[in-house]
Amino acid sequence: MRLGPDGRRRATLIGTFAAAIILAIMPFPVWAEPFRPDWVGLVLIYWCLAIPDRVSVGTGWLLGFIQDILFGSLLGSNALAKTLVAFLAVRLHLQLRMFPRWQQAVSVLGLLVVNQLLVLWIRGAIGQAPDTFSYWTPSIVGALLWPWLFVILRDLRRRGGIA
Amino acid sequence: MINVFGRSIGAPSHLTRLVLLSALSVALMMLDHRGHHLEKIRAGLNTLAYPIQLIAATPAYVVGGLADFFTTRGTLRVDNEKLLAERQALLARLQQFEALEQENQRLRQLLVSAAQVADKAIAAELVEVSAEPFTRKVVVAKGARNGVYVGQSVIDAHGIMGQVTQVASDVSRVTLITDAGHAIPVLNNRSGLRALVFGTGNPDTVKVPYLTANADIQEGDLLVSSGMGGTFPPGYPVARVTKIVNDPNEAFLSITAKPAAQLNHGKQVLLIWRGIVPTKSGGKSK
Repeated sequence: MRLGPDGRRRATLIGTFAAAIILAIMPFPVWAEPFRPDWVGLVLIYWCLAIPDRVSVGTGWLLGFIQDILFGSLLGSNALAKTLVAFLAVRLHLQLRMFPRWQQAVSVLGLLVVNQLLVLWIRGAIGQAPDTFSYWTPSIVGALLWPWLFVILRDLRRRGGIA
Repeated sequence: MINVFGRSIGAPSHLTRLVLLSALSVALMMLDHRGHHLEKIRAGLNTLAYPIQLIAATPAYVVGGLADFFTTRGTLRVDNEKLLAERQALLARLQQFEALEQENQRLRQLLVSAAQVADKAIAAELVEVSAEPFTRKVVVAKGARNGVYVGQSVIDAHGIMGQVTQVASDVSRVTLITDAGHAIPVLNNRSGLRALVFGTGNPDTVKVPYLTANADIQEGDLLVSSGMGGTFPPGYPVARVTKIVNDPNEAFLSITAKPAAQLNHGKQVLLIWRGIVPTKSGGKSK
């Protein structure tokens, strides 16, 4: 199938987001669950840093909303968290782009923690907060994965012809 | 670009959109949590989500199918022998069951209480997808079209698993008893003590709060559903007490228990319909 440059751009964006969503709901053994990073959040942050004029708050909301449907969580909870993450990422994109890779990973950790904290508050407010400390490990795993994910997504972006 | 009073206004800024979308999210949460106004929409969205869930579950199905395909004859024979032995034992116990059920029915009639008939159950396949991290929910491939309803009890061969909390036309979502937002009324099978079993969010522990130091409960006690509240049928195993800590500084005992049902493995669950019919002489007084 031949796609024009516009189609290729769109396919790259949608493809990465779809992959992230599938990875987020793929079956995982229960013991390994704390080690699954927030794929959707990571990919969202990447695109917010790379093309903030096209992927930003609205995309974040939509992705969070899709997550809410697939997870069966309170409708709007992940949407709210992802909106805020996208906003912060877009706000900070000029600084974050300049950072060396490890410093970028630390900032991404901050963004992921903000996301989880917001979700934790919402779940606490409706009396469904988990009381395990391992709740925070997905953010740490996500930050550790960031440098590699960044390289992979950058290659995909260049191949997709997204400036 | 919109033109208002001769001035062209571009797309709203990120901050404006953040505020608007946040307000929308909060409104959605209110509607979803408070009024249950979104049940219909939610069911529709769940139906739309089903294909995506199936795609995500495919790799696991393929791997499972391959594993089944390469099962050796030896394993099958061992399994078969084990199942036959188990069946013998169960049949032996069942011999007395009918006599006991008859007797129970007669006694209930003497007491003028509702007769209990066997609960109806259908098996449902699990759709292998993960729920939101650190919640304990599973998706089963039976929905409103099969008569599944919100609040229905779900069990496996060993005990109560949880209850249905969302229903779409072909799928429904079950909240397990280990979910942090779940509670189930129980009886201590040994002493008759009433209690509540709460989920913690951990995959294999539940807790039994609000019991004081003089409560008649021991490690190893079996907790069965009491049927209070009317959601769960009475008499099904829920959990077994594993640890009791009596800290004098705390008002209540700290009790942990292990769910009787095998919540984390197994590919099938049973959805049950309560089988209660009122007797001719009574059961209408309420």
